[in-house]
Amino acid sequence: MGKARFARLVALRDPADGTLLDRALALPFVGPHSVTGEDLVEWHCHGGQAVVHVVLTALAREADAREAKPGEFTRRAFENGRIDLNEAEGLADLLAAETEAQRRAALSMAEGILSRLLETWRAELLRIAAMIEADLDFSDEEDVGDASTVAIRALVSTLHVEMETALTAPSAERLRDGIRVVLAGPPNAGKSTLLNALVGREAAIVSDIAGTTRDSIEAVVGIGGIPFVFTDTAGLRDETSDVIERMGMERARAAVDDADIVLWLGPEGNRPDGAILIAAQCDRPGWQPLASTAIAVSAITGAGMDALVAALLDRAKAWVPREGAFSLHRRQRQAIEAMTRALKHCAVQDDLLLMAEEIRVAVKALDALVGRAGVEDMLDTLFSRFCVGK
Amino acid sequence: MSSYDVIVVGGGHAGCEAAAASARRGARTALVTFAKSGIGAMSCNPAIGGLGKGHLVREVDALDGLLARGADAGAIHHRMLNSSKGKAVQGPRVQADRKRFRSAIAAMVAAYPNIDVIEGEVVDLLVNNNQVVGVKLGDDSAVDGRAIVLATGTFLGGRLFRGEELLTGGRIDELSAIALGHRLRALNLPIERLKTGTPPRLDGRTIDWAALPEQPSDSSGWTMSPMTAGRQLPQIFCAITRTNARTHDLIRAGLDRSPLFSGAIEGRGPRYCPSIEDKIHRFGDRDGHQVFLEPEGLDTHLVYPNGISTSLPTDVQLAMVRSMEGLADVEMVVPGYAVEYDYVDPRALDRRLALSALPGLFCAGQINGTTGYEEAAAQGLVAGANAAAHAIDLAPVTLDRASSYIGVMIDDLVLQGVTEPYRMLTARAEYRLHLRADNAATRLGPLGLEWGLIGAERRAFDAARADDRAGIERDMAATYSASEMARSGAPVRQDGSRRSLFEWARFAEVGPDVIEQLVPSITTVHPDLREEILEDARYAPYLERQAAEIADLRQNENIPVPGDFDYESLGGLSLEMREKLMLARPQTLAEAGRVRGITPAALAAILVAVRRKAA
Repeated sequence: MGKARFARLVALRDPADGTLLDRALALPFVGPHSVTGEDLVEWHCHGGQAVVHVVLTALAREADAREAKPGEFTRRAFENGRIDLNEAEGLADLLAAETEAQRRAALSMAEGILSRLLETWRAELLRIAAMIEADLDFSDEEDVGDASTVAIRALVSTLHVEMETALTAPSAERLRDGIRVVLAGPPNAGKSTLLNALVGREAAIVSDIAGTTRDSIEAVVGIGGIPFVFTDTAGLRDETSDVIERMGMERARAAVDDADIVLWLGPEGNRPDGAILIAAQCDRPGWQPLASTAIAVSAITGAGMDALVAALLDRAKAWVPREGAFSLHRRQRQAIEAMTRALKHCAVQDDLLLMAEEIRVAVKALDALVGRAGVEDMLDTLFSRFCVGK
Repeated sequence: MSSYDVIVVGGGHAGCEAAAASARRGARTALVTFAKSGIGAMSCNPAIGGLGKGHLVREVDALDGLLARGADAGAIHHRMLNSSKGKAVQGPRVQADRKRFRSAIAAMVAAYPNIDVIEGEVVDLLVNNNQVVGVKLGDDSAVDGRAIVLATGTFLGGRLFRGEELLTGGRIDELSAIALGHRLRALNLPIERLKTGTPPRLDGRTIDWAALPEQPSDSSGWTMSPMTAGRQLPQIFCAITRTNARTHDLIRAGLDRSPLFSGAIEGRGPRYCPSIEDKIHRFGDRDGHQVFLEPEGLDTHLVYPNGISTSLPTDVQLAMVRSMEGLADVEMVVPGYAVEYDYVDPRALDRRLALSALPGLFCAGQINGTTGYEEAAAQGLVAGANAAAHAIDLAPVTLDRASSYIGVMIDDLVLQGVTEPYRMLTARAEYRLHLRADNAATRLGPLGLEWGLIGAERRAFDAARADDRAGIERDMAATYSASEMARSGAPVRQDGSRRSLFEWARFAEVGPDVIEQLVPSITTVHPDLREEILEDARYAPYLERQAAEIADLRQNENIPVPGDFDYESLGGLSLEMREKLMLARPQTLAEAGRVRGITPAALAAILVAVRRKAA
């Protein structure tokens, strides 16, 4: 196989007839010090599709060779103890990352930032549990168990606050799928034109006829390294006889409720809570802003677009982890919420026995998070997310 | 030549319970012991019960074992430990008159018509076709048996240490089972050494009791077994003294003559019951340690100083005790000593406490690496019941972690092995809220009945108790509105709610007097049963939550791992994990997950391999 971790120029020949297929770089790794923990070799072939194809075809003819299944390398690394569950999850995200913010958050996870935090929590929980158990199991001996309930509760509260803080971390799903920005407002306010300007292609049909957009239209785009999903919606007006348009308006209202950020292209008085006010079509003659606080934009001339993008990026910060911080998957968030609940109950409990019980519940939730309990479900969920070869 | 279904080797707490459980299941049983007079002897502290241990006593009692009734027959001092805390961690503990306890146990064993007590030393196991078929005694006679329970305590390869002295024996002035120890080693069983110790015994007439604070017995009337009608003997008090700076100096000066520090003892001792020299060595900054002076009986002057187990030379021991308050002129009747003995790595056992390597051979008590009369008795009961099952083809007796402390202990032993003598602690039981000492009969009575472990007297008692319980549960299911509760004298919040009395019972405003007034039947049942039901009510929401968790656990126990699973060729396991799994041989994925040090990644690898194999 050659010396581990040293690249060597090799001739790749077809085992069937010895034909030269390519001259490639071979880079061997010896387990357990490899990505999967097993013996590995990488061939760096020339990039032509035909070269890769002929090498893979030759390999496929070998009895014990096959293509890796989606996620198989990561799965093996996990099974062989090279990475833990949270790191595997981060790695999955890293492979799927398309924008800079996704990459940064996934890398933090893959680097074990959350895992390390969980480890410190685990140590602290076990320390607290030990203090309680000493009092429960050795109270007949004077040498142990003199920690007061008050002191234990103080430690619990401190840990509780720490976990609550961690829960403010952004959602990994949101970061993966994109931050939902909904454009809403009355018909003919210029929503579709603005959407097209934001995503840079003709995603929505634009016309002067009110009610052209009947269903919600979604477009995904990365701006400033952050993934956004823009949704154009049917214009909201009080009266329409068109059944389909009415359905579209219902969907529009649902989209607004569900949005992370709403761009409101209508009068200030009707603005949904927290929406960014947009005064669109500022290039039109005789244009009057509907509100003084609105961002005036023209999708046609590009006026005000920079200000709009800046406002979007500012709002989006809440969903993007800071440098070196992590985001949380739903599974991780639920487990931390369960721990937080248990600690909250523990901190107001007088019965030492029930304090111990709450700590036990917290430790169990934590164990579930790093994969100790409910192994099967957890693995299925986790590995169903892999859709790449490595 | 005599022939039995089950032969029990050893007449201590494990051996007696094993013989009795085997006999209750109908097996013809032989109990082989060095001396009949040693049956039911307490080698160390004349106390039974305590935290975690009291639970085991009550569980053994619920399965109609001997220990609790023996303890009641000898009890001269009662303490309910943790009495200010929740019932789940309360531990009943009694001090028993050594002589009366022993004779009560011996009488109960003698009352079984199908137990023969044989005096002798077992020197060999008779094996045929890799199956035990009997034992050979020291006089060369053979006893045939289809199943054998080894309950050898500290006698297997027992060696006693005291200063520079080295004696052979399992207890002071008694023999050691040397030949049997050699025989077991020859069977290639994983045998290692453990160590324990005992303090000197003092002459109570030479103690200045008046100078010391007293510790009185509990005044309430509880007993270890609900079958016992109240306290049998007069209650005595204990006294408390302390070690001091001079004591510590004397001990430090003698350390170089202690076999613990000279390297003579190779076995590991218990961390939670350290010798006094260990305490001084490890916690040097403490200015003193409590010592409880516990009388050993009503008609003996012997006093057991609890807290100063030691193997220091006799002269150092005497100087040490005399340095303490109240003991200036004390006479030492028997000096303390350390004992080192063989144990079999319990990971070689299955849940029936049978040795997987040699069908028909069962082990119970200190031979499995545990310490304590209660732990021994509980294992004896399980091993004896299963030896009978093996011999006369009955259902096995196995208990899981959710059912009992017995189940917790056996699960721990067969999966984790031991690194020090194993002692029960309530912290070991994750379903502790449910596993209380006071509800052992409710938890285990029906199982015991199914297994044929319950004798006639206990059966009648259990049936009556179950009736009482059902009656009260019926009455407490009646619903009351908040205003009705208020009229009955419970100042509950008037929120218009309507609940069963069982639900109301967990509110602090609803005192026992209110319940008694609404359910008069609760005042006529045994007070233990009343307490049990009220405690159930108090913790009901938590018990429900745990019940859901237990259901989950039992689900996970349904993923089997083959007994011959090849850990060697499974990638990604550290050498240490591989070793642990090969010794523990978990039968399910849940069991594998409980083996200490097994990481989630390792568990996932096992699961995937098991599935791949099954596919």
